[in-house]
Amino acid sequence: MTDAAAARGANLDRERLCAFYRQMWRIRAFEECAMRGAEAGEVFGTVHPSIGQEAVAVAVCGNLRRDDILLSTHRGHGHTLVKGADPYAMMCELLGRVDGSCRGKGGSMHIADFGVAMLGANGVVGANTVIAVGAAQRLKYLRSDRIVACIFGDGAVNRGTFLEALNWAAVHALPVLFVCEDNRYAASTRTCDLTAGGGAAARGPALGVETVEADGNDVAGLDATVRELVERVRGGPPVLLVARTYRLAGHTSRDPAAYRPEAEVAAARKEDPIARCAALLRLAGVGEEELAGMREAACREMDAVYERARGAAWPPRALAFADVQDVGSPEERPF
Amino acid sequence: MPRMTYLEAARRALAEEMRRDPDVWAVGEDLGRGGVFGQYRGLIEEFGPERVIDAPISENAILGSSVGAAMTGARPVVEMRFADFALCAIDELVNQAAKARYMFGGQIRVPLVVREPVGLWKSAAAQHSQSLEAWYVHIPGLVVVMPATPADNAGLLKAAIRCDDPVVYMEHKDLWGLEGEVPEEIEPIPLGTARLARAGRDLTLVTWSAAVHTALDAAAQLAGEGVDAEVLDLRTLWPWDREAVFASVARTRRVLIVHEAVRVGGFGAEIAATLAEELGDRLAAPPRRLGAPRIPVPYSPPLEQEVRIPADRIAEAARALLRA
Ligand SMILES: Cc1ncc(C[n+]2csc(CCOP(=O)(O)OP(=O)(O)O)c2C)c(N)n1
Ligand SMILES: [Mg+2]
Repeated sequence: MTDAAAARGANLDRERLCAFYRQMWRIRAFEECAMRGAEAGEVFGTVHPSIGQEAVAVAVCGNLRRDDILLSTHRGHGHTLVKGADPYAMMCELLGRVDGSCRGKGGSMHIADFGVAMLGANGVVGANTVIAVGAAQRLKYLRSDRIVACIFGDGAVNRGTFLEALNWAAVHALPVLFVCEDNRYAASTRTCDLTAGGGAAARGPALGVETVEADGNDVAGLDATVRELVERVRGGPPVLLVARTYRLAGHTSRDPAAYRPEAEVAAARKEDPIARCAALLRLAGVGEEELAGMREAACREMDAVYERARGAAWPPRALAFADVQDVGSPEERPF
Repeated sequence: MPRMTYLEAARRALAEEMRRDPDVWAVGEDLGRGGVFGQYRGLIEEFGPERVIDAPISENAILGSSVGAAMTGARPVVEMRFADFALCAIDELVNQAAKARYMFGGQIRVPLVVREPVGLWKSAAAQHSQSLEAWYVHIPGLVVVMPATPADNAGLLKAAIRCDDPVVYMEHKDLWGLEGEVPEEIEPIPLGTARLARAGRDLTLVTWSAAVHTALDAAAQLAGEGVDAEVLDLRTLWPWDREAVFASVARTRRVLIVHEAVRVGGFGAEIAATLAEELGDRLAAPPRRLGAPRIPVPYSPPLEQEVRIPADRIAEAARALLRA
């Protein structure tokens, strides 16, 4: 390789890494705002932060086309942001305002943005896997080259829906990228204690679904892996990706997560995907000032989003009766 | 008008809808062989396996995948085989299909028809005989339809398929072989409209599904005694045709509600309470209900008889109501 080519390569790498870094900071800044909002009593429902898992959102959703379909979980802010949803609409949703993605009717656990083919977070663990295969079946029927990405936690693999969905996708050779975001916990439970056999990574192959395990905190490596998997999934059959990561915050913003050994958390902090990306950027010649600049820009963006969302209007009371159903609608006659 | 069975009427309506709209597809266990009761016979030959989708015994995925397909433009007809098995997929129906439009702020609709055959049939016992319509009426977002005749099973199924809401469509297993006239051109029947099964002056029997036929038998018995009973077939439980029920009961001033489902917490309670609230002082007697006792459906015929409501009992309750 000539020096010029190496420099171009390093530059490209640098650009890519900077984009990941900015995007991961946007997620974290969004969630830090949301957690402060929850503490202040301005964000009402439960907030499930994905702090420490941002690389999965960036690598998976960053490799989807805008028209590729995404199904997410209760821990879905990062996935949704990277898919292209407007953070202002998302923040308004958390604050219960009429400008919210769902007009304030869903909250954090039910954010959806059909404008970017994001078919919803879900308050029911494991429910999205079966919905995903139906969306993929429709895409296949339409002879579309779009795919469906379905993200779920390591706790979800013990629900029957996981088995039903993988089996269904496999027998119909559907274009689904299943992503198990393995953060080692399901609420306060260590999933390994209650998951038999090899967990998701063993269950995929048992159902004839190609399964790939990856370091979920190495944003650049995971990005390369996902890019290849997405191309393979276009047109089917399905693939299961198991991304190993760690939930650095509590299960919810109110959970101190005291059930985890301190040493485990300390070790996991060293693997923070943002810190690891920063280390790579330093190797690529990015200075501290530039790193701080990217972080501050993300924080400024989300602080401004939060302030603007706080000023947004509440939903009119009539919205409580809207969009229930067409036939027998409570708007015609309240019951 | 051609005569055909309740089963054939629905089969024909579905085939016509599938011809009319390429977004309509059917999914469920054994559909490739015509479905367990034969309601899908011949469809795979005409529409192919992409539109008559054979499913593994995965009720969560049968209903859940239909939610995903409906969110992306399909109009699935989802066969659950028996209403009892649909309980395996209650999350997909109640938490997902019924809620998506609302909780996503109106961004999306979930137009699907969930076919759940109900009712007492061939000593099928506790896990294959239930009528659980009241559960679904309780869930905001769902439409609940229970056809009683071949013509209605054609017209209501068409309306359900064209409806943009998730519809729970409950056919009665004991009616599959019932014959009746069905219009040559099957038109969708507006959901939420009751059918006057028999006009009468002295009291109103409000009923639905297979119980309509027993109520008509009871009305025939009563006619022999000079009692003129009106029989209203509700056809749709949500929304139910309040106008038709109110108009009839305001005229007869006496109402008996009859359903095969367990009486306690049954939909008859909702109708009776509504009538008491709205028409209370205009009624000659308090609203009465007949329904099954709160026991699982037993197997042995003499025991099963205990949950059935024969015409004699309806007639007897009607006489008591007239004396009140
Ligand atoms: C069907 C169902 N059961 C239980 C819950 C309560 N619950 C919410 S999140 C959660 C843990 C999920 O763990 P996992 O799938 O690993 O996702 P993570 O929270 O780690 O992202 C539980 C038990 C639920 N929402 N849905
Ligand atoms: Mg987990």
